[in-house]
Amino acid sequence: MAQPVPFLEDFDAVLPGAGTGWLDRLRADAQEAFRKSGLPTPRTEAWKYTNLRRLARTGFVAAEANQTTEVTTVPEGIVALEDAYVAVFVNGRFAPSLSSLDGLSEGVEATSLAAKLSADRTSLEGQFSDVTDLPMATLNTGLLSDGLYLKLDDGVALDKPLHLVSIGTAGEEPVSFHPRHLIVAGAGSVATIVESHVGSGAYFSNSVSEVSVGDGAVLNHYKLQNEGPEAYHLAANLVRIADRAVYDNFVLQVGGNLARNEIRSELGERVECRLNGAYLACGEQHIDNTTFIDHAAPNSSSREVYKGVLDENARGVFQGKILVRQDSQKTDGHQLNKTLLLSPGTEIDTKPELEIYADDVQCSHGATTGELEEEPLFYLRARGIDPQTARGMLVAAFVGEALDEIQAEAPRAAFQAVVDDWLESRSERQG
Amino acid sequence: MAVSTETLEQVNSIAEDGYKHGFVTDIEQESAPKGLNEDIIRFISAKKEEPEWLLEWRLKAYRHWLTMPEPEWAKVDFPPIDYQDAYYYSAPKSDADKPKSLDEVDPKLLETYEKLGIPLREQEVLAGVAVDAVFDSVSVATTYKKKLEEVGVIFCSFSEAVQEHPELVQKYLGSVVPYADNKHACLNCAVFTDGSFVYIPKGVRCPMELSTYFRINAENTGQFERTLIIADEGSYVSYLEGCTAPQRDEHQLHAAVVELVALDDAEIKYSTVQNWYPGDEEGRGGIYNFVTKRGACRGKNSKIAWTQVETGSAITWKYPSCLLIGDNSVGEFYSVAITANRQQADTGTKMIHIGKNTSSTIISKGISAGRADQSYRGLVKVMASAEGARNFTQCDSLLIGDQCGAHTVPYIETSNPSARVEHEATTAKISEDQLFYCLQRGLSAEEAVSVIVNGFCKEVMKTLPMEFAVEAQKLIGISLEGSVG
Amino acid sequence: MSLIEIRDLHATVDGKEILKGIDLTIEAGEVHAIMGPNGSGKSTLSYVLAGRDGYEVTSGQVLFDGEDLLEMEADERARSGLFLAFQYPVEIPGVATTTFLKTAVNAVREHRGEGALDAMQFLKFVREKAGALNINDDMLRRALNVGFSGGEKKRNEVLQMAVLEPKFAVLDETDSGLDIDALKIVADGVNALRGAERGMLVITHYQRLLDYIVPDHVHILAGGKIIQSGDKTLALELEEKGYASFVGAEAA
Repeated sequence: MAQPVPFLEDFDAVLPGAGTGWLDRLRADAQEAFRKSGLPTPRTEAWKYTNLRRLARTGFVAAEANQTTEVTTVPEGIVALEDAYVAVFVNGRFAPSLSSLDGLSEGVEATSLAAKLSADRTSLEGQFSDVTDLPMATLNTGLLSDGLYLKLDDGVALDKPLHLVSIGTAGEEPVSFHPRHLIVAGAGSVATIVESHVGSGAYFSNSVSEVSVGDGAVLNHYKLQNEGPEAYHLAANLVRIADRAVYDNFVLQVGGNLARNEIRSELGERVECRLNGAYLACGEQHIDNTTFIDHAAPNSSSREVYKGVLDENARGVFQGKILVRQDSQKTDGHQLNKTLLLSPGTEIDTKPELEIYADDVQCSHGATTGELEEEPLFYLRARGIDPQTARGMLVAAFVGEALDEIQAEAPRAAFQAVVDDWLESRSERQG
Repeated sequence: MAVSTETLEQVNSIAEDGYKHGFVTDIEQESAPKGLNEDIIRFISAKKEEPEWLLEWRLKAYRHWLTMPEPEWAKVDFPPIDYQDAYYYSAPKSDADKPKSLDEVDPKLLETYEKLGIPLREQEVLAGVAVDAVFDSVSVATTYKKKLEEVGVIFCSFSEAVQEHPELVQKYLGSVVPYADNKHACLNCAVFTDGSFVYIPKGVRCPMELSTYFRINAENTGQFERTLIIADEGSYVSYLEGCTAPQRDEHQLHAAVVELVALDDAEIKYSTVQNWYPGDEEGRGGIYNFVTKRGACRGKNSKIAWTQVETGSAITWKYPSCLLIGDNSVGEFYSVAITANRQQADTGTKMIHIGKNTSSTIISKGISAGRADQSYRGLVKVMASAEGARNFTQCDSLLIGDQCGAHTVPYIETSNPSARVEHEATTAKISEDQLFYCLQRGLSAEEAVSVIVNGFCKEVMKTLPMEFAVEAQKLIGISLEGSVG
Repeated sequence: MSLIEIRDLHATVDGKEILKGIDLTIEAGEVHAIMGPNGSGKSTLSYVLAGRDGYEVTSGQVLFDGEDLLEMEADERARSGLFLAFQYPVEIPGVATTTFLKTAVNAVREHRGEGALDAMQFLKFVREKAGALNINDDMLRRALNVGFSGGEKKRNEVLQMAVLEPKFAVLDETDSGLDIDALKIVADGVNALRGAERGMLVITHYQRLLDYIVPDHVHILAGGKIIQSGDKTLALELEEKGYASFVGAEAA
């Protein structure tokens, strides 16, 4: 191929676990696939609204493995959790000195994926999903090196949330990293995982999280994307939810220059799957939320509420697809996407999608875009509240409806605080 | 079929009067050989004695068509089309090849006509029977033409318009759907044989519903039809296309193009009932209906409303759209699509908001039964210029049986904060409570489904012109026969 | 100085003239009622007074406590003591009723130079007022008007009037959608707020409400103008004869 392939061309680092047959093959096949596909372009339907041209031009180089030592404190902007296990990653590499995983109860394994791959060459064979239809995740597989490995044995309940903190850092030269997280929640286990993504400088985080929720397990999974203003953040979350399990997901995106969070979930029988989120963007930010819910078995329900607030010249993308397969009778699938546009430079592209092959189902989606409604605004003003305060209240209420979907109380309050900060800084900007 | 009693009487009287000339065109016309190339296009153009610019336009389209890939984004599945294995200009069949009487016609077809209550003589025409006194639809049109001429409305075949009103045709042809728009439309530009042309002058309210039925002999012009309707300032027209009765047709591929232009304060209402042959229960045969329909609301306060009832064709690929350019212009799309057996339909609309305070409404009702697959695909785009734009979209799908599919793929692109866009979609099956209630009141399962589905489609059906609506309602029931066990 | 003085007020909505010259003066301590058939301009008058966008005053004047009301923004009017009880109170999901009330009360208090109430003070204050209107804590916790019944919404309006303590209140068809029990509660709430310092304008279609909130003056509005004024007996007369006789007389 005449064109240089970004991210692979100059890559010569030795990856963890190299020399292991299955792993070498996995990486080599993925690299080959990415060489063929290259970065996705808007011609690809799934990337119609998110253009990676700027990312391609930036000329990222692979982040050095030893950069973890340069970061000595966890920066501000992460989810404020009082009491949690913390696993910190700097440029995709596990940073033990910043982490605190002591006191994990029996039946819980939380470690660095790199360590796991180096130490134990067989146990992860076959654990990584085939992601060939996701070019960026394929690139991630090709360079698979580190991330969180979390395993909960059957019936184990994690006593406090596990907080995954990803810190991106770059000096003069823009860097890229490709973390791979593997989360396996055994049958009947209960856990809350919170992710915070923060950083500074021009970096590109291209992560893949694979989540397996076992039979009857309850997994709360909440993520804050609060990357630095020059950051690119692409994340794919592949979630398999076994029978009778509950998966409660929430994604709040406020940071980054260009960010896309993609969730693909596959549902077993009698599953309750909740994918909710909010996105708040200003300046020239581009924020994309793409979700896919695959009702692969009968009697499951899915619920999705995504709310966005766009200001200045920000652009938002929401793509949400619900697939109900032929045998998935009694499916209940509902999706809602609402976006508030606060200024003339904003743009929202929404593509909700239903693909349904079973007849005994209740499925719906709804989408609205627009500015704040005049009626409530007048009502508030008619009670003496000045326009700016009134608008602030209505915007907060608008986002609040999505935050209310978070089932776990402490994280909900912590995410609320991030939203409040954003709204406050917005009203300050407006003076 | 939108034939009022009055019309039929006129038709009959013409036939009885022994009106014998004016309809016998040169039956033994030459036909062009199979295949598609520039010579064929030159042949078509020469046959129609077209001006040089139109031939050039056809050739330009053809050359571009050669470079275009097949559109693949629609959710329809069919083997590749062999464009060289088709006739692009064929003479009407001689009487010898036609069925001699209704006895020779497929009894299933007749059964449907019966149910729709179509008079015998019309049945003969629809079935293409070679009857002695075929009433020539062109001559019927003549009586209407007088009435229309009095108010200055031009309503004629496309070929006639090319000869009689070349300046209008040249000005508007391809102005809404450019020749390079999509592969099917591009093919139409190259090889279209005929169609309808309508011009409503300034300030004129067209005194009657215009219908293709009164103009064309459906057998002749169906394959690559081309329609152009221009509503000048302050005018109004309601146009009916198609026919509730299934029509016999020899061609599998249909690629029509319809262009509508509404100038200041003008309104066009375009209603379609599409009931082409859907193929048999196993999906053999059936029409590929690849239509490009688009209206431009060029003038301020202009309005274009599309209503469609789509029950026929093996494959429907159709997105009647509105370009809302003029300030305060209005676009509407009301659709009922029914797919049964192995039918596939990918249909919807595009509403492009460009002017200020433009508004659009989309109501789509999809019913899928048997092993059919149906998609609503729609785009609502609000450009930054469309201050105060409004859109409301409601897409509902009904599934009958567990072997069919119903899909909803809306695209919403908004670049103006003052615009308000609302989209709702639901998918469900026929409620068992409703069904049981009807059965308990003595309705058969099929009647019950017909009643419920008609209720489901009511919002759309009520936008149809009266005489269309009654038959379209019956059609819904007939289309779903055998879908409920 | 009168509490409110409306002089030859003309207003248009979407370019159509709805108010065609209203003259009305209300003194502190007075309750006036405006009655009129549908489309007479009753709600338009209330929105014009409250300052809603889209209701354009084309000529005329409104003095509120001697100040030019029409020069003020909607929220300034409210802080200056003008209150509109909405015919259709707006549902605002996500905004808790207490949060809303507290923001409004403190905005008004600040304007009057009274200090803002803290959370505890406010709760005590609002509970006192809410009890009388049969509004419990649960209702206060819920999102503003969301899922409220017709009666709950109207009681909530009266509660807001009670906590904001306006100088002048416009009650726009406060009786619409209420059964007789709910009507009594609301009317009692309103009557409790009558006072020497406060003026009220009660807008209604039916005489029924005026059995409970007895006005000092009654005006009949038709075709955008006040066509007749009188005391409370006018309402009874109207009830008996119907609008047609009055409106017809005007037209003739």
